Amino acid sequence: MQLIFLADFSVIKPDFGLLLWTTVFFLLFWFVIGKFAFRPIANALKKREDDIQNALAEADRAREEMAKLKAENEQILAEAREERAKILKEAMDTKTSIINEAKNKAKDEAQRLVSNAKMEIENEKQNALIEVKNQVGLMATEIAEKVIRKQLSGDNEHDAFVGKLIDEIDLN
Amino acid sequence: MSIKTLFTLVFLFFGGLLLAGSGDQHDHGHDGHDHDTHEAHEDHSGGHELSCEHASFGHHGKFDAGATAFHHISDANVYSIGPLQIPLPCILYNNRDGALHMFLSSEFGFDNLGHGDGHYAFNGYVLDGGTVRMIADPEFPMDKTEIKGIIHDDENNAYVCVGDRMYGTYAKSTADFGLFGGGITPFYDFSITKNVVSMIIVFLFMLWMFLKIAKAYKLREGQAPKGLQSFIEPIFVFIQDEVCKPFLGDKYLRYQPFIMTLFFFILGLNLFGQIPFLGGSNVTGNLAFTAVLAIFAFFVTNLSGNKHYWEHIFWMPGVPAWVKTILTPVEVLGVFIKPLTLMLRLFANITAGHMVIIIFVSLIFIFSQNGDSMVGGLGTVIPSGLLSLFMMSIELLVAFIQAFVFAILTASYIGAAIEDHHHEAAH
Repeated sequence: MQLIFLADFSVIKPDFGLLLWTTVFFLLFWFVIGKFAFRPIANALKKREDDIQNALAEADRAREEMAKLKAENEQILAEAREERAKILKEAMDTKTSIINEAKNKAKDEAQRLVSNAKMEIENEKQNALIEVKNQVGLMATEIAEKVIRKQLSGDNEHDAFVGKLIDEIDLN
Repeated sequence: MSIKTLFTLVFLFFGGLLLAGSGDQHDHGHDGHDHDTHEAHEDHSGGHELSCEHASFGHHGKFDAGATAFHHISDANVYSIGPLQIPLPCILYNNRDGALHMFLSSEFGFDNLGHGDGHYAFNGYVLDGGTVRMIADPEFPMDKTEIKGIIHDDENNAYVCVGDRMYGTYAKSTADFGLFGGGITPFYDFSITKNVVSMIIVFLFMLWMFLKIAKAYKLREGQAPKGLQSFIEPIFVFIQDEVCKPFLGDKYLRYQPFIMTLFFFILGLNLFGQIPFLGGSNVTGNLAFTAVLAIFAFFVTNLSGNKHYWEHIFWMPGVPAWVKTILTPVEVLGVFIKPLTLMLRLFANITAGHMVIIIFVSLIFIFSQNGDSMVGGLGTVIPSGLLSLFMMSIELLVAFIQAFVFAILTASYIGAAIEDHHHEAAH
């Protein structure tokens, strides 16, 4: 105990020199290293932290956007598929209607042609009959004239008789 | 363990002071390096009569572990690397002639491989065990004067012997207000001491290191840290995330340089002081150093205190008036006790650690009876070495812990002072 008392425990006695120099070097440390190192380092760290945070948020946003884009694409694809089906259906309908129309038209045309032809044929037939009737009449008249010229002398009675006969000939 | 040891020492120290005050007599105990004479001890009106008859710078046999420890943890006007003593600049002032003396401590003519005892007096100052003392007698010659030796009395006053004449000396002024045996004397020592040199070395090292790192952050912006940068970054981020942000909230960037300065200055000096044979300077274990840090912590805390902080100290809201009469003095005392504990905690831990190591090493000298018993010495070398190694590993841990504790407590004090009290109901 006496040893401890007698030896100079000087560290517990703050001397003015050390107080002064500690103050000086603490302030130097604080202001110089604080200003030129601690602050820039803290700022750099903060910036890096923010950058990482931003990058992560950006990635999240990109992922979200991607998902949205994908959904949109799918929707577009589905729509396109639907459209195609619709178009195909329409085309099919058009085709059918065109074919039907064409068929109908052809039928009509054919009918018309046939009826035209029939009418023509009828007309020709009529014309031909009239011709034949006329020819036959003429020929009959000639025959009768020849016959009558030879047999009969009174012309009037004969002519009336022949005329009557001609009228009686039915063209049919 | 180290704290307990120190408390024991401090109690014993105070006990010694009390005994000294009561005028008890002490007959033994001499600083192992101060080579004083003890033959002339006689009772003499509360003191002891000393004589220069046998004063010398020669060695004497008795080894004193306590004195060795105190000598090695104390500040000095020489820088010791191993046994080599390197002179340092002295900046000395005294009230008597009002002059500022600046010279190298080599003027005292100490032995290069000694203990810092100057063989000469210079400008009225002497070097006693590495510490400058001022000769009280104004008649003492101012030029370089050879002295015969320095002797000490039991109250640790030193006397310079020139021939057979004995001159009293003043120790340097200390700011303990006589509390720890120091006080104001006519002599002030503003020298670049061993501790100041250590501070300069640590400051320059930290400056170099942190500027390099700051530059790395600038050059390698947005890239992963590398080299020294990646070594310091985890420590920096740890202090930032575990100390600054939780306690200081949004304003952490404002106080961060201060907290970082505390942490890295203390850590650097703690670690520097543990390098064996490189001065072993005990800066963070010196009350002057920790006092300055505590004063800065005190001012930063109280100058940033907001309305709520002062309200909580002087007129705690939400408690009855009669409780306030008790609470207010307690809180006001707390304002001063907080930095005081900061000061003592760091000082005590580091000083105790250093002393325990020195005591362990001293075991060798104690058991070898200071070189007389080879067997005792050899037998103690290994156990003592192992104990010292163990203690040094603990001290390495303590170096980090105490720097961290100082930083985190300061941050918590500042945090309490700047906190916005949205939660009045909680009090």
